[in-house]
Parts: sequence; structure tokens; C-alpha cells
Amino acid sequence: MTDLHSKTIKEISADLEKGAYSSKELTCHFLERIERHEPNLNSFISTFPEQAIALAQQSDEKRKAGSSGALLGIPIAHKDIFCTKGQRTTAGSKMLENFVSPYDATVIENLNAAGTINIGKANMDEFAMGSSNEHSAYGNAQNPWDLARVPGGSSGGSAAAVSAGLCAAATGTDTGGSIRQPAAFCGVTGLKPTYGRISRYGIIAFASSLDQAGPITRTAEDAAIMLETMAGYDPKDSTSIKQPVPNYSANINDSIEGLRVGVCKEYFADGLDRDIEAAIQNAVKELEKLGAEISEISLPNTKHAVPAYYVIAPAECSANLSRYDGVRFGHRCEDPVDISDLIKRSRSEGFGDEVKSRIMAGTFALSAGYYDAYYRKAQQIRRLIKDDFLQVFNDVDLILGPTTPSPAFKIGEKSNDPVSMYLEDIYTISVNLAGLPAISVPAGMAHGLPVGMQLIGPYHSEAKILNAAHQFQQATDWHLKSPALAGADKTGGS
Amino acid sequence: MSHSEEWEVVIGLEIHTQLSTQSKIFSGASTQFGAEPNTQACAIDLGMPGVLPVVNAAVYRKAVAFGLGIGAEINKRSVFDRKNYFYPDLPKGYQITQLESPIVMGGQVEIVLNDGSSKLINVTRAHLEEDAGKSLHENYHNQTGIDLNRAGTPLLEIVSEPEMRSAEEAVAYARYIHQLVTYLGVSDGNMSEGSLRCDANVSIRKYGQQELGTRTETKNVNSFRFLEAAINFEVERQIAILESGGRVVQETRLYDAAKNETRSMRSKETATDYRYFPEPDLLPIVIDDAYIDAVRAEMPELPAQRTGRFVEQYKLSEVDAALLSSNLELANYFEEVTAICGDPKPASNWIRVELLGLLNRDDIAISQSPLSSAQLGKLIQRILDDTISGKIGKQVFEALWQGIANDVDEYVEKAGLKQVSDSGELEAIVDKIIADNPGQVEQFRAGKTKLMGFFVGQVMKETQGKANPKQVNALVSSKLNG
Repeated sequence: MTDLHSKTIKEISADLEKGAYSSKELTCHFLERIERHEPNLNSFISTFPEQAIALAQQSDEKRKAGSSGALLGIPIAHKDIFCTKGQRTTAGSKMLENFVSPYDATVIENLNAAGTINIGKANMDEFAMGSSNEHSAYGNAQNPWDLARVPGGSSGGSAAAVSAGLCAAATGTDTGGSIRQPAAFCGVTGLKPTYGRISRYGIIAFASSLDQAGPITRTAEDAAIMLETMAGYDPKDSTSIKQPVPNYSANINDSIEGLRVGVCKEYFADGLDRDIEAAIQNAVKELEKLGAEISEISLPNTKHAVPAYYVIAPAECSANLSRYDGVRFGHRCEDPVDISDLIKRSRSEGFGDEVKSRIMAGTFALSAGYYDAYYRKAQQIRRLIKDDFLQVFNDVDLILGPTTPSPAFKIGEKSNDPVSMYLEDIYTISVNLAGLPAISVPAGMAHGLPVGMQLIGPYHSEAKILNAAHQFQQATDWHLKSPALAGADKTGGS
Repeated sequence: MSHSEEWEVVIGLEIHTQLSTQSKIFSGASTQFGAEPNTQACAIDLGMPGVLPVVNAAVYRKAVAFGLGIGAEINKRSVFDRKNYFYPDLPKGYQITQLESPIVMGGQVEIVLNDGSSKLINVTRAHLEEDAGKSLHENYHNQTGIDLNRAGTPLLEIVSEPEMRSAEEAVAYARYIHQLVTYLGVSDGNMSEGSLRCDANVSIRKYGQQELGTRTETKNVNSFRFLEAAINFEVERQIAILESGGRVVQETRLYDAAKNETRSMRSKETATDYRYFPEPDLLPIVIDDAYIDAVRAEMPELPAQRTGRFVEQYKLSEVDAALLSSNLELANYFEEVTAICGDPKPASNWIRVELLGLLNRDDIAISQSPLSSAQLGKLIQRILDDTISGKIGKQVFEALWQGIANDVDEYVEKAGLKQVSDSGELEAIVDKIIADNPGQVEQFRAGKTKLMGFFVGQVMKETQGKANPKQVNALVSSKLNG
């Protein structure tokens, strides 16, 4: 029982099926670890121990009654951006400190129906705006590999919790890299599917045209299992895609002999950490050994991605966050003198600085007289970026590169330098602008910290991406490394 | 009016019409009017965190039908936009509407004026959008109540070109739009419940002047009478300002029916920048020719077609046919009455003279008429088959109107109103009248044939109006001349 927390969903599922232990025992094990490590990690905003144990018991009974399923009885964490019925859902903001959702997000419904155990709501940057988790109103989560460093963001709590073995897997959302970057920083696997593959209903919106949910797991194989349950057309989300969900695990063991992998030269320009570059070059060699055909490709508009993103995402968020006005739910200021005072003060008090600065930037970009110069121009760039990708996918099956230009940075290191913080997402953002699927998998170490490799594919190529990532993980052991957690934990560590 | 000499009035109307759908434009909540506050607002209408809009497909069909009804171009790819502003009864902090690509573009309406002349008014566009909720300022000490039942009700906003030149023209245009949307089943047109609301853009300029004057927008006028009054007030106000050397301020105004005046709401010069941008939560509405053809095939008869048919089929005069088809419910009512009584002429007369007289006097809509078409039809039928006289018919009509009577036959029977057609009974009465009035008989026989009416009147009096007048005439005539 000592290494339960480092097992994959696949392994746990097999163990539960043969009765090696119960979901209740497993859940209690994770809850004990949460109790022990949370003071250091702060990866959760809320946990639900009693509820989780009750659910685990139920799932054990269901299994006894003949139910099975890859996710039955698996304890997972949800980023606190997913609405969970009857539970506090904060989006990392003071604004929603007391917001109890009256309904479940579609992703939550799907995962609950599959029998997962909701163990807690993971920490995150406020309204998913940030790359470090430092913008959470509930204190920043720490990186399990080095508590002085950030876990990345915005799904930092989810990645830290999986990395530290506080849950078997977690949900996250990715608007500009918010699944992949923390997965890279924490040494776990993070998948952002094709835009529209997973319903956005019940996910607190940041930037509607970019937001996409996905799993954070220990392995690509687990990501396939999670995705299969999370994905699907949802009549409640007009932008969700009306396409059947394939069996993502079906071809995961196929050889990648002949897989055409393009290495994007723009991703190896200035600003990339030398050790990360070396790790990624080694990963390329590893794929080559597995039979992949490597070529160099170019995405010339990559450099425009970050500026375009920082117009579009703030513009959308400026409208999406207007509903937080203190009128119907969320934070309301004391003793407003009139309606204008109520709205202004509730918002001034409820939102943190990063959220405010993005709302202001977005409001500016949409203003009369600036719309064409900013918003319209950014949408044009978005089309160019998408066209770059589509062009390249005529010649290659997947695009490879580092997930981030540097490994996890120190808490506070970039707090006063938003541009440097924004550049953290330089390799991930263009994927969201184009709406493509991409994964980050552990691919080495740099300065004692995990390195993430990103694989980007064409629309609806999740199965291919997962196949390549799984084959890479079969040949390497980077994903098996786990952080030596501080604190009196004899069972933890690697 | 005095101003017509010098000042030309320029009016454009924006008409918000509520589409008569069961559920809201972006949620499954009911659109039923008059429910307890906030009982018809779901998580989507409340703008809860994480919710998403989904377009109610019924709204496209209605918008397309309206577009076809005014000969407009139907946009095969129309796009929703967000219009951003903070207001407590606007839950999301933005309204979902259509700015750059509305579903209906162009189109024309022909209005007929009181002097019988007609004029074409161009429609600029019609777009789909959601309604906001209501702020309730009464009964809340120093606070405002918010009712979100109306939030998310589907609206079609119909924008005209500034081509109307008088309040009369504006009212004729608004009436036409009202008539059309009710005929098409696009809206229930119930103005007292806010199903059709007009924003009037009014400006004035000297005749011959090319550029438009500064306009004001008088919002949310919900009756034709108020629309006329509001425009006339606004015209007079603007003339007074300009003639005293002042300047009209571009602003939004509100019509106060109690005081018959418009008042400034807010100045557009300090108004919000709405920061429109395409709604990322919704895909564009894409429709094809087959869809448009299907809507066209299901289009009901339009007002002008119905007027023509009334003239053709029922041999009504142009004026009567236009009146009876001026409103869908009235036209249906007329046809129902005609079907029962079997004769369009008396049906038309009774409806126009008796029924509409009382409905107009008491300001009651035809849909709320105390007399059903079945009752009036039966009543006319009983006059036509000589069960009752026309005079008694009016008495029965009154009883039905007041709710004293319900079933025509039952009431006629119970009140003993049946026409006396028994010749034996009538003959006895006629003989008695002749015997009682020897002087008049003598005069009649001496050639004063005008006295015929006197004898008939006496018989009617004796029978309390129940005698069959034709029969009485024949009897009196044969007795006196015989």
C-alpha cells in the first residue's frame, strides 16, 4: 500500500478490479497524504474528505454489485474552475469566495457518472489568468519538486496535486497553456484537446474562444482514459463538436514507425533554456529510435502569437467577467450608496490585480476607435497562425518542441515583470489560437527540475498524439520520476 | 399644425417585438407573461458562472418569416454579438444581439394614410436579441428589486430608415408592423404586456435642408396613441428650442403618458461605449435556400392578401374588408361569424357597428371580446332565420355583452323573445288594432297611406317587438285595403 499514490489509473483500476484494495482504502490514503502535504503545497482550495469517503464506499459497493469501468472508484481533483453542485466553486477568486454552484459542469457530470471520486477542488490562478498560481486569492500553490518554486499555472494546483501523489489524476483548463505549462513544471502529463472536444458548460469562463478542459495525469495512457470520459458533444455548449468520441486507448500501443514529426525551428530560438533544449534534442533522438521521421518545420507567425493572445483573451474576459457585479451572487461590497457604487466597489474589492489589468486591457482593445487596431488585427493574426499550422500538417503528423522556455521559476521571481511571465506561454499559446490539440509529457530534467515536451497535432488527432506520447513513455522513464517531498513522509518520495 | 409650414419632421422607428416562443432565446425557461418575479429565470438567465447560451431554433424561423413578409434579404450567415454595459437587470453585463450581420436586411412596408394615399417605408434591418430583466423601484425602501423573468425573452428589433414625416405616418408604420407580426405568428402583439415597443428617433429640419437635424430617441413607447402623442410633443419641443435659438441635445428620452410629455433619460454624449464584439459562445446562424423556401411555403396569408380575398369572396367593400382584416384576430373573428351565420353582410355590419363600437368605447381588444364569435354568429343566424327580429337581436347582443346571456337559443327561449309568426295570433292582434283605431282607419282609406307605419308600430308595441315585421306589414296591408 505504500506506493499507491504513484500508481497510474490503469494500474489502480486493475488492482480495484481484482480486489487488491478498495476504493475507500485508496481514497483514505490520498486524504492522509493531502493532510500531510497540503500545508507545504497548498494545491487545494477545498477538500471534501467525508464526501469522498462516502463516494468511495458507494463505488466499492457498485463494484461488488458487478459494475466496472476504468474510472470507477478513482479519486481525482478538479480545478476549482469547474462548477460542482452544492460545493463552493471559487475560480481562485475572492469574488466567488462564497459561491456555491447550483449545478455540475458537464465534465463533472461525465466523470461522476464514470464513478470518479471528487477528492477536492484544486488551486489555480484567479479566473485562470496566470502562469504561476501566484494570482490565486487563496495563496499560491507550491511546486512539489522545489517548494520555493511555482507549480505553473493556471492549473497549478491540479498539476502539483498529481505530481505530489495527492490524487490519481486531475482536471484542468487550458486557455493559453494552463494545462501544459504546469504539467511541464511539475513533471506530469497534461493534454489540451481540440477546441470543442470537451464541453465548456459549467466551466467558469475566462476566454470563451480559447478555453478548453483537459486531463492532468501521470501517463499518456491515463490521459486517454480520462479524455474518453470528459469528451463528447454537449447540446448545452454550442461550440462543442458533434462528433463521436473515439476509443483513445485503442491504438495507443501501435508502433510509431514512420510517424512524421516536425521540429519547429522557431521554438528553439533565443530565450530557450540550454538544458531544456538539450533535453528536447534527446527526446527527438528517442522518437527517431522509435521509427519516427524527423524533419524541421517552420511556423513563421509564432512570434505574433503572444501579442495576439493578449488582445483576444483579455477582450473576451472583459465581457465574461462583467457578470460579477455583486447583484446576484459573489462578493458584494458593504453599504453601497447607489447601483454604480455597488458595482464598482464590489468589483474593485472582489478581483485581484492581474484580473483587473486584463479586464482593463480587454476593455481598451474593444473600445470605439481601437477595435480595428487591436481586436480585429489580432483576429487576423489568429487566422495566419492557424494557416501556418494547417500548412505544416500537410507534411508532418505531429509538431514537436519544448512546452516552456525555462523550468519552474522561483515564487516572486516574475511577479513584477508581466511580459516575462506572459512569455512563459510562448510555445503553448499559438495552439489555443489555432484550436489544436497538444500534450506536454515529461522529457528530461533541467537544473533538477522537470522538462516538458510538447506534441501538437491537427484537429481531432488526440489518438495519434496519445499514441506517440505513450510510445515515448514506454521507451523513457521521465514520467516515472516523482519529487522527493519535504516533510516527515517515509512513504513519499521517489 | 403651425410648424408644418417651415419645419420638416424626420422620424425613424426601432420596434422591439417579442417573439412568441414557448421558451427563451438562449435557455429553456418559459416566456409566459405575468409569473411571480424570478420564477421563470434559470441559471442561464441569471448569468451564473459557467453557463452558456444555446439558441432556440424557433427564433430563426420567425425572423425569416418576418423578413419574407417585408420582401427583405435573408442573411444566410448571421452572427451574434455582445453589447457590453453594466445594468443590474442585465445579468451577464452584456446583451447578446446582432450588430454587423443581422438576420434580416432591407425590406419595405407600404403604409396607407388617413387621406387614402399610400407611401413606401424602407426597413434598414431586423435583428435577433435577448430582452433584459426589469428593475422594480417601488416597494423597496431605498433599494431596487430585480425581476429576471423577462431576461432572455427573444426579441426581433426592426429598424426603419428615417423616412416618416409625421406622427401619423409613424403610427401607420407601427400599426402595419404590428399587423404583420401578428399575422405571421411571429409575435402575439400584446402591447399592454410589452410585446411590441417602439423607440422613436425624431428630428426636425427646415424644408429643403439636406442634412438631418439632431435627433432624440424616445424609448419604450408601448401604445400607438402614446406613440403619436410622444412624437407630436417631441416635435413641438424641438421647434420651440430651435425657434428660440437653442440647440437640440442628442439624448434618450422617456414618454410620460400621465403628463403627456417626454423627459430626458440620459445624454448620449456621455453614454457608454458598448464595445461590441462577436459572441464567442455561439456559432453563426447558417441557413440555406431550402430552409428559406420551407418557411416561405408555410407563410400564412398576409394582411393585403386577406383584404383582397374578403372583397372577392365575401363581396365586401374595400374599406370594410381593410377594416376587418386590419388585425389577425378580428379577421378570424369575422370569418368565424360568417361561417356560422352563413351571410357575410350582416356579419360585417354587426361586427363593425355593434361590436367594434363597444370594444373601442371600452378599449378592449378583440381577443378579449365579451362576445365570442360563436355567440355572435348564432345571434345573426337567429335573425336571418326569423327566430328573432333585428330589434330583439340588439337586446340579445346587449345581454351577451353584459354576460346576462350565454347561449343565444336558451336566452331567447327563456326570455320569451321569439318572433311571433303565427298568423292566427297576429291576425287577432291586427284586427284588435284596427277595431281600436277607427279614426286612423278612415284616414288611411281616404288616402293617407303614411299611416301604415302607425298600424305596424301598434302591432309591434302590442307584441313587445316580437312580431315578424314582414308578416305584420302584409297582414295590415291586406286588412286595410281589403
